[in-house]
Amino acid sequence: MVVLEARNLTVDIPTEDGVVHAVRNVSFSIRPGSLFGIAGESGSGKSVMTQAMMGLLPNADIRGEVRFEGRNLIGLPASEMRKLRGGRIGMIFQDPLSSLHPYYTIGSQIAEVLHAHERISPEEARARVIDMLGRVGIPSPADRYDDYPHQFSGGMRQRVMIAMALILKPALIIADEPTTALDVTVQAQIVALLDDMRRDFGTTVILITHDLGLLSSVADDVMVLYAGHRLECGKAANVFRAPAHPYTAGLLRSTPASYKPGSELAPIKGRPPSLLATPVGCVFAPRCTEALPHCATQPPPLRVYSDGVESLCWLEKGAGTTAPVPPRAKATHHAGQIEPVATVENVHLTYQVGSFFGQKRTLDVLKGVDLTIGKGETVGLVGESGCGKSTLARVIAGLTPATAGTVKVLGRDMGALDASQWREMRRQIQVVFQDPFGSLNPRRRVGSIIGDPFRLHGIASGEERKAKVRHLMEIVGLNPEHYNRFPSEFSGGQRQRIGIARALALNPALIICDEPVSALDVSIQAQVLNLLRRLQRELGLTYLFISHDLSVVRHICDRIAVMQGGKIVELATAERLFADPQHPYTRTLLAASKAPPAPTGGKDRVLAETRQVAS
Amino acid sequence: MSDIAENDFSQGTEVVQRGSLELTLRRLRRDHASMIALGVILCIILLAIIAPWIAAITGHSPIEQFRDTGLSPSGIPVGPGADFWLGTDQLGRDVLVRLAYGARVSLLVGVFASILASMIAVVVGVTAGYFGGMVDMALSRLTDLVMSVPFLLCALALVSAFGPSLMLSVAVIVFFSWAPMARVIRGQVISLSRQDFVHASRSLGAGPLSIMVVDILPNLTVPIIVYTTMQIPNSIVFEATLSFLGMGIVPPTPSWGGMLADASSNSLYLVAWWMVFVPGTALLLTTLAFNILGDGLRDALDPKSARTARHLKRKPKGASKS
Repeated sequence: MVVLEARNLTVDIPTEDGVVHAVRNVSFSIRPGSLFGIAGESGSGKSVMTQAMMGLLPNADIRGEVRFEGRNLIGLPASEMRKLRGGRIGMIFQDPLSSLHPYYTIGSQIAEVLHAHERISPEEARARVIDMLGRVGIPSPADRYDDYPHQFSGGMRQRVMIAMALILKPALIIADEPTTALDVTVQAQIVALLDDMRRDFGTTVILITHDLGLLSSVADDVMVLYAGHRLECGKAANVFRAPAHPYTAGLLRSTPASYKPGSELAPIKGRPPSLLATPVGCVFAPRCTEALPHCATQPPPLRVYSDGVESLCWLEKGAGTTAPVPPRAKATHHAGQIEPVATVENVHLTYQVGSFFGQKRTLDVLKGVDLTIGKGETVGLVGESGCGKSTLARVIAGLTPATAGTVKVLGRDMGALDASQWREMRRQIQVVFQDPFGSLNPRRRVGSIIGDPFRLHGIASGEERKAKVRHLMEIVGLNPEHYNRFPSEFSGGQRQRIGIARALALNPALIICDEPVSALDVSIQAQVLNLLRRLQRELGLTYLFISHDLSVVRHICDRIAVMQGGKIVELATAERLFADPQHPYTRTLLAASKAPPAPTGGKDRVLAETRQVAS
Repeated sequence: MSDIAENDFSQGTEVVQRGSLELTLRRLRRDHASMIALGVILCIILLAIIAPWIAAITGHSPIEQFRDTGLSPSGIPVGPGADFWLGTDQLGRDVLVRLAYGARVSLLVGVFASILASMIAVVVGVTAGYFGGMVDMALSRLTDLVMSVPFLLCALALVSAFGPSLMLSVAVIVFFSWAPMARVIRGQVISLSRQDFVHASRSLGAGPLSIMVVDILPNLTVPIIVYTTMQIPNSIVFEATLSFLGMGIVPPTPSWGGMLADASSNSLYLVAWWMVFVPGTALLLTTLAFNILGDGLRDALDPKSARTARHLKRKPKGASKS
């Protein structure tokens, strides 16, 4: 009994650079009422695959078969497809703000779905929408029916999207990264809601995500995609207990959430392959730690194990469970009094908001923050979006003046600097930005971007500057020969290395990392985090590390400050914060972050069958 | 960590990364309309360059009046023939030679005025967009002011005050054509200066001039190229309009607008169609070609443009094989 079955699904998308082989020969089947998880890094083809199944990719060349309720979705006429979409298959997208129309009330948008598929009176539609809004947990749904999307918070908007997807009681819901844009605590609520709803309505859910921790908590079955190939598929419990494919094992190892004190993260080396090329052997072979000599030359067979896990790999026994963990060189722990680099005392920041005619209101972003950052240590700043953590970083960096309180960096008051002193201070504080795509000028070469600090402060020029830039590129693990390339020619992780090289250039006293890894994939995240650690060890850097992800902060920070509503509610050393959280908000945050269970090994697993598959 | 970096680069070599210039040229080459337009523009440039040779081959100078051979006994211009390939005008001058020399004036004024106008537009737009506040207010209102002045009336007043000349024509054209482009640039700069890389530069201690020139300007190349190309036909038509009204190029120097004016005086076009047809067609082809090329350039430079997507959809296999 299956709801949806895909057989040998292949999606090719023609682009300027050639044909992108987004999905290659993927087969899977989904049991009714189950939660089917599709995991993979960005570019693994997980979103493209579902969009192709739904007929949302008119340009693509789609082959294979997708059977839903006995009909093949590939090649179905557009009018039939339209009836299925919304009616039998609902969709939930990543960004609830851009998927809702800003000019219509949420109630009328959901009612529109009803009217498009059923003959129904407006009163009846309203009643059903209000009922559904109540069921997805929106308080006083009858009053909120006539509210606009901007009057809801991110989590509430995602609830509205779920109500919209569920209103016609579809057989299948496809949720494409439904929680990625939300805060950790809200994420947990939304996933719980999806789980409840599928039990209440008997709906089958496809959950697409890059977050393995999230999948391990709710999914019945998982499929791991990599570069368009289905590398592993099986029951979630079995896959997470003992990943059969080295890629799945590597992903689990590189997740910061599976961090054990005293160990370095084990990243997957390298980066995902280009989808334009057709590999001869296994797609994962170049990054695989357990690659055999013929992995790179022959397409891997499909291994089917006794517990139902299927893996596309040459290894017969499945991936090894023990990671090649490099020993962690313990950072020299600062004993006794340490020299402070930056001190923040009772800092307030207040904005005046309100229109020209409207009422003037004051908005307190920071409400009295005290923080000391000592030389050579890493202080983490954690909190949900809007808690003021980025603002605090800007205040410490001197980019935004504080309304009240003092910020001292290297003993000098940031509020009392004149223009030339302020410029001089720029040397001492550097910022690594969150978005590796937006923070590098797309029209300038990497060499000149990294050389900017030298140019702006008139330190080195000509050959000397070039030599320094090359040295910096080497330090952060970039090839100095790529001096003349543009940022667009680098991957996300490499771009973040460029940003780090630029920040290192002037040997600053303090580096502020504003969510430096949250835009990166898990396997790349671990590379960048390890780089930051190594640089700190070798160069004695001081970091202020901002993140919304507790597990990332735990891995890199000595002390962690938890922020809520413009205040620091708890400040403790990393291990004590995790072992013994004092503030209720810290406990909520800790409870919400889900870590995938550590693999316990699958000793009882035996190879049942080996099949050759056409690649 | 260094071994990881090595691995980063050993892969992905099988797929060639194309530079943005190469991609742009590839897209442009696929666009047949743009290629034809480019051909027409090159022909007209060639015509302007070889004008003295045309005069030498035909033996007619552009301002010489052939009252015996170029006019019929009743004083009517002769039509296209072996002697005068594109006919003569009311004074017995060779239309072909005058067309070739007129192309020089049109192209010179068109290109020169457009580049000058773009330069003003970039300076005004970037300054207004970057600084905002009072500076933006003042410059934007100035832009509005220029856009709301009736240009023909003002041009006529200026020319009648100072007397017609080439320099004055260029000055008038420049003055009236920078404003729309300055607005576009200002909008782009406002959105660019909110980007992270500008914040990054500022946090490194870069001053306003450095940010404007080094960070923002390179990101404006696409609109600048496209708008300058699109401005050229406007300037050419503007110059022709002024010359047609007798306020641009001083006769007897040939210009396309002046040639059209000659045809309309005394309703000569009723008997000598070539006097309208030849300069009119040249003007039409030139402006059309520049407009199509400008459109094509915009599509080629902007990978997300609608036309590129449509093109790929039409032939999904063929377009991707190369």
